[in-house]
Amino acid sequence: MKRAYLIVGGILLTAAAIALWSAIRSPSWSEAEIVTLRGLWIGSLPALPPDPSNVYADDPAAAAFGQKLFFDTRFSSNGEVACATCHQPELMFTDGLPLAEGVGTTTRKTMTIIGTAYSPWQFWDGRKDSQWAQALGPMESPVEHGGTRTQYAHLMDEFYRDEYASLFGPLPDFSDPERFPASAGPVDDPAARAAWDAMTQTDRDAVTQVYVNMGKAIAAYERLIMPAPSRFDQYVEALLNEDKSAMQAALTDDEVAGLRLFIGRADCIKCHNGPLFTNNDFHNTGVPTAQGLELDDGRASGVLKVLADEFNCLSQWSDAGENDCAELRFVTSEGEQLEGAFKPPTLRNIAETAPYMHAGQFATLEDVLAHYNHPPVSPVGHNELEPLGLTQTEMAQIIAFLRALSGGVDAPQALLQAP
Amino acid sequence: MKKQTLTVIATTVITTIVLIAAFIYFMPILGPRYLHPMMMGGSAPVASSDLDTSASVLTDQGLFRVSYSSESTPPPLNQIHTWTIHLETADGQPVDDAEITVDGGMPQHGHGLPTNPQVTQNLGGGDYLVEGMKFQMLGWWEVKFNISANGQSDTVTFNLILE
Repeated sequence: MKRAYLIVGGILLTAAAIALWSAIRSPSWSEAEIVTLRGLWIGSLPALPPDPSNVYADDPAAAAFGQKLFFDTRFSSNGEVACATCHQPELMFTDGLPLAEGVGTTTRKTMTIIGTAYSPWQFWDGRKDSQWAQALGPMESPVEHGGTRTQYAHLMDEFYRDEYASLFGPLPDFSDPERFPASAGPVDDPAARAAWDAMTQTDRDAVTQVYVNMGKAIAAYERLIMPAPSRFDQYVEALLNEDKSAMQAALTDDEVAGLRLFIGRADCIKCHNGPLFTNNDFHNTGVPTAQGLELDDGRASGVLKVLADEFNCLSQWSDAGENDCAELRFVTSEGEQLEGAFKPPTLRNIAETAPYMHAGQFATLEDVLAHYNHPPVSPVGHNELEPLGLTQTEMAQIIAFLRALSGGVDAPQALLQAP
Repeated sequence: MKKQTLTVIATTVITTIVLIAAFIYFMPILGPRYLHPMMMGGSAPVASSDLDTSASVLTDQGLFRVSYSSESTPPPLNQIHTWTIHLETADGQPVDDAEITVDGGMPQHGHGLPTNPQVTQNLGGGDYLVEGMKFQMLGWWEVKFNISANGQSDTVTFNLILE
């Protein structure tokens, strides 16, 4: 009798031990999951595709010149704003603010430029279709750089005359103030716009050509800014090499659990897919309108802007042929799915780029996860999200995983500071 | 003797409790692997494993046979690319004068294609160039072609699983 109890007890204990062991040990990944993980791995990032719209895109001299312009605060209305004012290298090329601040305050959060050379669309609403066209947007925005293109042409003449000439050919003669006013451009400011409208088409084109070349040089610089491998990438590499101890060294059990949720039940991978953790498309996730801002319809307006943009892929300022502009030619330009849709940002370095969403609506990743767990009705259009039913522990695990995506920037140190 | 029996019973009870507690505690880890999706919050059903993903199929009414080949195989994620489709009659004659429109989407997510692809060239011999194809999510996609030729219309649906 005693013996029977002892045997039963022993069997139960063994069973308990086996159950615990199998639950605790790092769970294995299925073949399909490994394919998914490989797709997210930085090693799956293809070689940088050419930018046919910018013949200077891969010219090192243009990139070096672009870096100077990127950090040069003289190219602004008050002499204090450069691209790097909002795209700060030490903050992963963002600024830590809910809304970007140039000479004024914008209505959107600064996006990182890391890896954007891979994106067919720039800005939260994709209103630009190349890095160089993007770079020119803030230059003439009244709340960002706040300047005008004749002002920039004069500055180019004054400070970079020889360097410009060596890259793009000699600058036109801008010395006649009647033909080339100090401040003129197609901007909001009525005086500058009137001055621009009074110029001849030939003179306007001469100025715009300099302006376009500025953008193309800045883009040549930005193309070099890539994400560096993170602990997540070490984990996948170890997984592909079947190196269990390296896998355990790369990610904690919580981070692995978060990763499992990320590609599984939480469905993050729907939009945050591929090695940059973004599909660079546009999605409505029901993010509330930021306090004090007007309703933002996102891609619905953005697509109309890019189709009408004077610097788009099919424009006279683009170096691309029509066949190089497939994204623009076959873009979806209408439909309810564009209403309130925004581009999913890359999740690489996401823990370093708070606050979150297109107007910095959420201060922390905890706020973001809470939003996705209980998606509200969208202020405009249809929210694509479904409730996730995640526990507090599960949300914490996903956040732990997101923190493991911080790997910094893959670029020489010399590129991460003012030249 | 009685004391020993008690010890054994106590051990058994504690072990059982530990087992149950461990099961509940590790449910989030074990769940997705061993439980039916409905028990894990009712995720959408996965594409049935007998889904026809062949690249050459008959149209719905059997008027035409259509096949496709993607610029790169398998079709890439997040990259705009071209397809070539080949169109022939049910008895194998190439069809050269067709009007073809493109549609599609993800049946499980209820959304369409992210782009607006179009047939831009009749390549001859029953071949047509489709530009602007793009898939921006992993999973089950449908690509539909509406074909009008020889005074008749028919539709065809291809299934793809992007992994």
